[in-house]
Amino acid sequence: MSAPSILHLHEVTVSFDGFRALNELSLDIEVGELRCIIGPNGAGKTTMMDVITGKTRADRGKVMFDQNIDVRRMAEAEIAHLGIGRKFQKPTVFENLTVFDNLELSMKMDKRARTSLFAWLDDDARDKIADTLRLIRLDGEAKRQAGLLSHGQKQWLEIGMLLMQDPKLLLLDEPVAGMTDDETARTGELFKSLAGKHSLVVVEHDMGFIEQLGGTVTVLHEGSVLAEGDLATVQNDPRVIEVYLGR
Amino acid sequence: MRRLAFALLCCLSLAAHAALDPAAVKQLAAEESEDKIAAIHKLALTAEPEALALLQQLADDTLKDDKGEDITINNRVRRELEGALAVLKLIDPDAAVRYKAVKEIATNVDAGMGPMLAKARDRESDPKIRALLVEIHALATLKDADPKIRLAAAAALAGSADPNTKAVLKAQSEPANEAEVDVRREAFRSYLAVKDRLTLAETIGRIFSGLSLGSILLLAALGLAITYGVMGVINMAHGELLMIGAYATYVIQGLFRTHFPAQLDWYLLAAVPVAFFAAATVGVLLERTVIRWLYGRALETLLATWGLSLMLIQAARVIFGAQNVEVANPSWMSGGLEILPSIVLPLNRIVIVGFALFVLALVWVLMNRTRLGMFVRAVTQNRAMAGCVGVPTGRIDTVAFALGAGIAGLGGVALSQIANVGPDMGQGYIVDSFMVVVLGGVGQLAGAVWAALGLGIVTKFIESWAGAVIAKIVVLVFIIMFIQKRPQGLFALKGRFVES
Amino acid sequence: MTRTPFIVRFLGATPKSGWIALAFAAALTMVLLPALHLLVPAGSSFHVSAYVITLVGKIMCYAIVAVAMDLIWGYTGILSLGHGVFFALGGYAFGMYLMRQIGRDGSYQSDLPDFMVFLDWKQLPWYWTGSDSILWSILLVLVVPALVALVFGFFAFRSRIKGVYFSIITQAMTFAAMLFFFRNETGFGGNNGFTDFKRILGHSITSPGMRVSLFALTALMLLATLVLGRYLVTSKLGRVLAAIRDAESRVMFIGYNPLYYKLFIWTLSALLCGIAGALYVPQVGIINPGEMSPANSIEIAIWVAVGGRATLVGPVLGAFIVNLAKSFFTVAFPEYWLFFLGALFVGVTLWLPDGVVGLWRKLREQRKPGSAA
Repeated sequence: MSAPSILHLHEVTVSFDGFRALNELSLDIEVGELRCIIGPNGAGKTTMMDVITGKTRADRGKVMFDQNIDVRRMAEAEIAHLGIGRKFQKPTVFENLTVFDNLELSMKMDKRARTSLFAWLDDDARDKIADTLRLIRLDGEAKRQAGLLSHGQKQWLEIGMLLMQDPKLLLLDEPVAGMTDDETARTGELFKSLAGKHSLVVVEHDMGFIEQLGGTVTVLHEGSVLAEGDLATVQNDPRVIEVYLGR
Repeated sequence: MRRLAFALLCCLSLAAHAALDPAAVKQLAAEESEDKIAAIHKLALTAEPEALALLQQLADDTLKDDKGEDITINNRVRRELEGALAVLKLIDPDAAVRYKAVKEIATNVDAGMGPMLAKARDRESDPKIRALLVEIHALATLKDADPKIRLAAAAALAGSADPNTKAVLKAQSEPANEAEVDVRREAFRSYLAVKDRLTLAETIGRIFSGLSLGSILLLAALGLAITYGVMGVINMAHGELLMIGAYATYVIQGLFRTHFPAQLDWYLLAAVPVAFFAAATVGVLLERTVIRWLYGRALETLLATWGLSLMLIQAARVIFGAQNVEVANPSWMSGGLEILPSIVLPLNRIVIVGFALFVLALVWVLMNRTRLGMFVRAVTQNRAMAGCVGVPTGRIDTVAFALGAGIAGLGGVALSQIANVGPDMGQGYIVDSFMVVVLGGVGQLAGAVWAALGLGIVTKFIESWAGAVIAKIVVLVFIIMFIQKRPQGLFALKGRFVES
Repeated sequence: MTRTPFIVRFLGATPKSGWIALAFAAALTMVLLPALHLLVPAGSSFHVSAYVITLVGKIMCYAIVAVAMDLIWGYTGILSLGHGVFFALGGYAFGMYLMRQIGRDGSYQSDLPDFMVFLDWKQLPWYWTGSDSILWSILLVLVVPALVALVFGFFAFRSRIKGVYFSIITQAMTFAAMLFFFRNETGFGGNNGFTDFKRILGHSITSPGMRVSLFALTALMLLATLVLGRYLVTSKLGRVLAAIRDAESRVMFIGYNPLYYKLFIWTLSALLCGIAGALYVPQVGIINPGEMSPANSIEIAIWVAVGGRATLVGPVLGAFIVNLAKSFFTVAFPEYWLFFLGALFVGVTLWLPDGVVGLWRKLREQRKPGSAA
């Protein structure tokens, strides 16, 4: 028996006007695992994340989180409360709020409207935000408007916001796009340190970064899994080569 | 008077071939009114065209007696004379005169008129008049003493399409008014047939007025379907582009009145291109000066174009005055088409439905069959990529907006024919137009068509039982609820392009 | 660690400079202007006329609406084209009380309002029950606009209608409401609405004392709205609203349900509009369905835009600038008012996106070259 799964997709299908974005996709992520997902454009990577986070509804199939929670009918916010955090392909932060506010709003806490009206930040929370600021190397920028950060800094801020949520599972859509090599390497280190405590699913095109992360690689193609294994195995799979180079 | 008419028509056939009695003719000149009336009766009984002519002369005061003096008649005689003339018209050689006479008699049928109507009916060759006579005869004999005749009358009335006949049949099918079961049954059967026919006619009429309203909504919304639906520009001044089209029509009408009064009937044809270009020109101005700087900022565009609409309204007030101006239907658009006795479809509405189809076809061809349309679609789907492959995106925006504005101008031409033309006229259409586009689904031409026609028909049906204002409110509430359920409209685009 | 009491946090949200400005405004509107109206004789050049009191009172009502609009548009990014409805609903709710206060002094000397006598109605419709009580009427003012907003907002926000779609359906709602109130059968006086008010709580509505009381009450309400607004936008709720404006999907994926946040601010905004409407009607002496016309609602947006979105002073300034200009134009050049208003819509969106307040801030920053960018 393998380790218990944090996320289990079973034959998930999503179609848009006859086009199958996901075609009976099945996938299993173990607790504490760091999984990389690659695939050509239109393979269904982003759609898969949409389904897991509740943005898109699956037409068929099962999406089980933490073994026995079916997230298929849940709203985005509920899914987030279960402990699934998501980083978008395009860095999405609250541009008109400060870096500090961005992190504060993301923090794991009561997020209902009526409590937010009277919410008050205690010292523990401030400490936690300060820790995260250091971790994402933005401790000098706390009072700055997020919209004024560089592209790489926004990526880091978004990762920081994810960490403030303290999620069990992190879904990261192209987290190092637009980062310098140095920033990319540091991000890789961060992710590796997170694995174990959290489960991570990283969608990337940057093969160097994937190599740095190690871990299992899943290749998606036309909405289902084409191959799975470590990077070397996958890269030598003739079907994968065909998909990336052929036609 | 009516009894006289009845009496003389009863004997129509008997006297049909008798020559005019000279004594009777002479008697018309008698001193006593009683004698004159007797003579009129006698002559009318002959039912000869000569008698008709003679009596007509008498009525016109042109008849002379032996001594060449005018025969004068008093009011009592004149009344009798008019009655006789009216009924004699049933045998007039001119079908149009007969038709008119039948219509006139139909308004006050009397039980005693049965036999003479039967005779007139049997003589009648024109099928349309004959059908009317059949119905009137049946109505007249429905109260006959003979149950057989009543039964035949009740059966004959099944072919009627008259609300009045429906009521008469209903009454006849009740035991209080009819003793015979068979007649009651027949009357009821006919009543149902007439009722069905009338319901059908009403439904057709309503569907037509719905189609008509729908085509107006479509004309108002088609331009918006391009500027908002395809380009994503929230143009709150769209209604004012309609207004410009309508005023252009008004100006052309004025030019024809003063310069080509003989061709006045055709001013509308000239107004179509003028309205198109007038609205399109204003559209280009709006796009170049304001809207272009606000692409991608929908709410700002909304506010700025609202400001433009206020300025255009005030400009119209300054130029044409605050009062509504008068735009007349050309003669070939007035009148109506009678498809059943109870429904007349106004010609101007029919023309507008046709015009809407024409504009729709024009838009479809422009968007789907021309290079311009292809460019517009390319720019709206992927502006950057279209720019990269050499599409002049800026110019395409202007042209597409001008096209949408021009189409709105065409809508204005149609509106000028059925609605008031005034500075505020556009304001009333902006909400409706947006509802059509939103309901149909943004970016969907077919959606806009279905939404416009559907809204038109639904509105008219609700209007028929709840009145115009409630209908409007109900429809708006319905649309608001519909958008709750399907925010993307009737014809939704799905997939990754939806949210951007 | 001790928690700061809520009231301290609430009042502390407004900075010291804000409180000083508020104190000045309060002194001006609640002491100085009333005194100059009541105590200085009409001939004196220091006398403040009834016209000025009524005009400023009216504009202060508009300013409350503008702040309410700013909470939903400036801070949350939702452009409502239906705030005129909430304003008018508040006005109608209080107008019912004013109509009942006319008593038998109407043209028909009946217990029923004149328009009902005219329609040959024999008794008050059920929804007029209790309208002779001022407390009940105040309750209606607070509840009706808010409830309408709550129901409408719930369905609209639940279906995730946003952006221009939301604006358009609020405009449709406005249009439908206007048509509804234009009907005589609705029981709100048809197109004439309510007018010819006589008194409030038995006191003449045209007496200087009543005029000044309504004026001061409106000023108090406006200042209270600003203090409340300041707390709201600095609270966590306010920051979540700003976050919704910037990136709504991000807000959902970090675990907030935007529905209730939007619904709260939307309903609160409608409530404030309702109060403003109730203060407006006795001061101007009339309410009719024209207040619900789509044009009126959209004009509110321009007050906010002129003053400066997402600021609290901005909408107040904007309401004063636009409406004073309107008073001036409609008297001096009535022909040009719509041109001016239209140009304002265009000009502000094109060249002054941050309004007067934004302009002032920019100028101040330019004058201080050393300050941070």
